[in-house]
Amino acid sequence: MKYIDEFRQRDLAETLAAAIDREADHRRHYRIMEFCGGHTHAIFRYGVQDLMPANVRFIHGPGCPVCVLPIGRIDSAIALVEVHGVILCTYGDMLRVPASDRRSLLKVKAEGGDVRMVYSTQDALKIARDNPGRQVVFFAIGFETTTPPTAVALQQAQAEGLQNFSVFCNHVLTPAAMRAILDAPQRAGEAALAIDGFLGPSHVSTIIGSHAYAPLARRYGKPVVIAGFEPLDVMQSALMVIRQLNEGRCEVENEYSRVVTAEGNRKAQARVAEVFELRPTFEWRGLGLVADSALRIRPEYANLDAEQRFEVAAISASDVKGCECPSILRGVKRPVDCKLFGTVCSPENPMGSCMVSSEGACAAYWSYGRFRQPDDAGAVQEGVA
Amino acid sequence: MSRFPMRLDIRRGHVDMSHGSGGRAMAQLIDELFLHHLDNALLRQGNDQAAFTVSAGRMVMSTDGHVISPLFFPGGDIGSLAVHGTLNDIAMSGAKPLYLAAGFILEEGFPLADLERIVISMAAAANAAGVPVVTGDTKVVERGKGDGVFITTTGVGVVPEGLAISGDGARPGDAILISGSMGDHGVAIMSSRENLEFETRIESDSAALHTLVAAMVDAVPEIHCLRDPTRGGLATTLNELAQQSGVGMRLREATIPVRSAVQAACELLGLDPLYVANEGKLICICPAVAAERLLAVMRNHPLAAEAAIIGEVVEDAESFVQMETSFGGSRIVDWLAGEQLPRIC
Amino acid sequence: MCLALPAKIIAIDAATDMATVALGEVNKEVSLALIDDAQVDDFVLIHVGYALNKISQEEAEKTLRLFAEAGLSGEMTR
Repeated sequence: MKYIDEFRQRDLAETLAAAIDREADHRRHYRIMEFCGGHTHAIFRYGVQDLMPANVRFIHGPGCPVCVLPIGRIDSAIALVEVHGVILCTYGDMLRVPASDRRSLLKVKAEGGDVRMVYSTQDALKIARDNPGRQVVFFAIGFETTTPPTAVALQQAQAEGLQNFSVFCNHVLTPAAMRAILDAPQRAGEAALAIDGFLGPSHVSTIIGSHAYAPLARRYGKPVVIAGFEPLDVMQSALMVIRQLNEGRCEVENEYSRVVTAEGNRKAQARVAEVFELRPTFEWRGLGLVADSALRIRPEYANLDAEQRFEVAAISASDVKGCECPSILRGVKRPVDCKLFGTVCSPENPMGSCMVSSEGACAAYWSYGRFRQPDDAGAVQEGVA
Repeated sequence: MSRFPMRLDIRRGHVDMSHGSGGRAMAQLIDELFLHHLDNALLRQGNDQAAFTVSAGRMVMSTDGHVISPLFFPGGDIGSLAVHGTLNDIAMSGAKPLYLAAGFILEEGFPLADLERIVISMAAAANAAGVPVVTGDTKVVERGKGDGVFITTTGVGVVPEGLAISGDGARPGDAILISGSMGDHGVAIMSSRENLEFETRIESDSAALHTLVAAMVDAVPEIHCLRDPTRGGLATTLNELAQQSGVGMRLREATIPVRSAVQAACELLGLDPLYVANEGKLICICPAVAAERLLAVMRNHPLAAEAAIIGEVVEDAESFVQMETSFGGSRIVDWLAGEQLPRIC
Repeated sequence: MCLALPAKIIAIDAATDMATVALGEVNKEVSLALIDDAQVDDFVLIHVGYALNKISQEEAEKTLRLFAEAGLSGEMTR
C-alpha cells in the first residue's frame, strides 16, 4: 500500500535506531509525550520502544477522544436512547466505553435500545432519510480531525430540511488539552509531570496546521514535532525532538510534511467555523473543567442540536473508585500504578476508558506490552534533568 | 416424481408454520427440498435416525451451531460453512470424518428459494468432501424469532491408531505452522455487511480440511496439536493452545502470510488480521525435527500451498504469545477482548 | 487517534461530490466536501468517509530520504 509500506521498512528502522542511539546524550533522559492515541498504538503495535535507547522514553498522553469523554456524556447518550427512543448513530469506538453502573452503549443495544454503529456521518444522514418517522441522533465525538465531517453533515441536513436528524456534540480541541496537561497542578500521590517534548498529533494537524502549536512551544519552552502515523515517522520525530533538546531549541517542526502544512485545511476550518462555536468550559475526564476546549453547535443550527431538541440533563458522574485514569491520561501514573489494572480491570471488563479504547495507555500496555517490566513501558521516572 | 399433488413453489414460496408442524407440508418440504438435494442411501431410508457400522477404533463426535449473518457471502454461504465447520472440527483430532447430521431452525417467512440455495450448497460441500448428511431435523419458529435460518451440524469420525493430538500437547521447542493466509473469511463477511461496504475481491476461505489433515498425520503421526483459527483468529487460538498446554510462544510476524487485499481492508477498519476469523485454515504444532517434512507435505496439498512455519513453542509461566514485529520490535499477541469493532480513532 | 489512511482516487462523481478511492485493492466511496481540486490519480488522506487532504508525493519522498540520511550524519539538515 503506497504511503504506508514505505514508512514501515525495517532497514530504515535500524538506521534511525542507530542515529537515535548516537545522538541521545547518555547523561540525560528524554521524556517524550506522544499526545495522540494513534501514536501510542503504533509504538506498542510495532514495538518501537524496543528500538530506543534506555534514556529515551515515551509518555502516553490522553490523545484519545474516547478516553477523555466524561462518563456523564455517555450517560446522556444512553438517556437519549432509553428515554427519548431515538436511533443513536455512533462510531464503533464508543460502543464498549463504560458509563455509570457499568453500562455501555453495547449493553443498551443488547437490551433492545436502537444503537447503530456507523462509519461516517453520511451513514447517519442516510438512516435519518430512511426512517422519517423516527428521531435520529448522531453521537459526535473526536478531535479536530473528526469535526469537519460532522460540520458537513449538519450543513447537508440543514440544506435538505431533514426534520428528524440532530447531533449530540462532544467535539474537543487539541491545543487546549495540551495546555491543560502542562498547567494541571500536581495531585497528592502523583509524580511531578516531567515532559521534555511532544510528538504532535498527525491528523488533527492536517486540519489545524502546524502553526497552531507555536504558542504552546513558545509558552512552555518545549519542542513539538508533528509526527506521522507510521512507526518510521514516530522514530524520525523522536530524533528531531532529541536534536532540538540537545541544541536548546523549542520550536514546532513538521515531520509529517506529506500531509500537514503550516496553515492546515482552510476549507475544513471554514466549514467548522460556520457550524460550531467554543463552549466556555467543558469537562474532560482526568483534567476536570477546561476553558475553551470544546465545541457546541451555533445558534444558526440550533434546530439540529440534540441538546436543544431533547431534554438532556447534565449528568456529572464520577469514575469508578480506585480507577487511576485521570492520572494515567496525564502521564503521571503508569497503568501498573493503578490497583485495578489486571485485577478487576482488563479489556474484557474495562473499568475506565484507558482500558476500553485500544489506544488508551492501559489497553495498549495490556494488549501489547505487559510482558515487559513496567519501567520499560513508558515509565515516568525522575532522571537527570 | 413427487408424492404430492402440487409441487412446492420454491421460486416464490416462503416457509410457514405448517412446514414445521410434522404434517404433510413438512413432509413435502423434506422430500422436495432436503432429500432431493442431499440424496444418499441412508437418508433415503426415511427414518428418524441413520444406522451404520464403524470399524472398531476411537470415535470422535463434534457439533456446531451456525448463526452467521449475512447468509450468503463471497466464497460461500451458511450451508457450505456448516458442512466445512463440522468436518474441520472432526479433522482437528486427526480423525477421518464419516457422517454428518443437520438440524434446521427456519424462520417463518424465509424464502424457499434461499433455502434451496443453501441446501444445494450443503449438498455440494458434502459430496466434494465424500461425507454424506445422513439424518436431519427441521423446525419452524415464528417470524421475528430467528435470523432466517440457523443450522446445527454434528459429525462423527474415527481416529487412526497412534495419534495423540490434543490442545494440551504443545511442548517447548515445538514448531508452529499454519496452512495459509490469515483473515480472508472475516474480511469477506465484513465486505457484505451493511454500513461497511467496500468492493474487494476477497472471498471466504471456507473449506474442508480433512484430506489435508489425513496427508499430514500420515507423514507425521507425532503431531502434537491441530486447531482451526476460526472466531477470534490466529491470535485467540494460539493463546488458547498456549494456556491449555502451559507454554509460551514466539512468533515472527514477517512469516505470517496475509493477502494484500485483506491487509488493506484491515487497515481501513483499524483491525488486526491476526484477530480476524478463518474458515479453511489450520494451525499445527509438531516436534521441531518434523517441521520441514510436514511443511513440504502441506505445501503439496491445494489448500495449503502457502503453508508456513511461523514460530516456536517456549517455556513461559505466563503463557504469553510474543511476536517479533516485521518492524524489528516486539509485542505480545493477546486474547481478543470481546468482538473486534471497526474504529475511527 | 484519528485513523486516517492514504488512498488513491480512481473515480469522481462531481454531481454528488463523492469519489471512489482505492487503498491497495480495496475500494471505498468517500466524500470530497472538505477538499478542492481533487483529480483522479491524486492520493488523499481519508477518515470516517471523507477525504481530508491531498498527499504530496514530493514531501513523501523528502521524508523517506531524511530517514535514510539519519544514518549518515549526526547533524540534521532542515
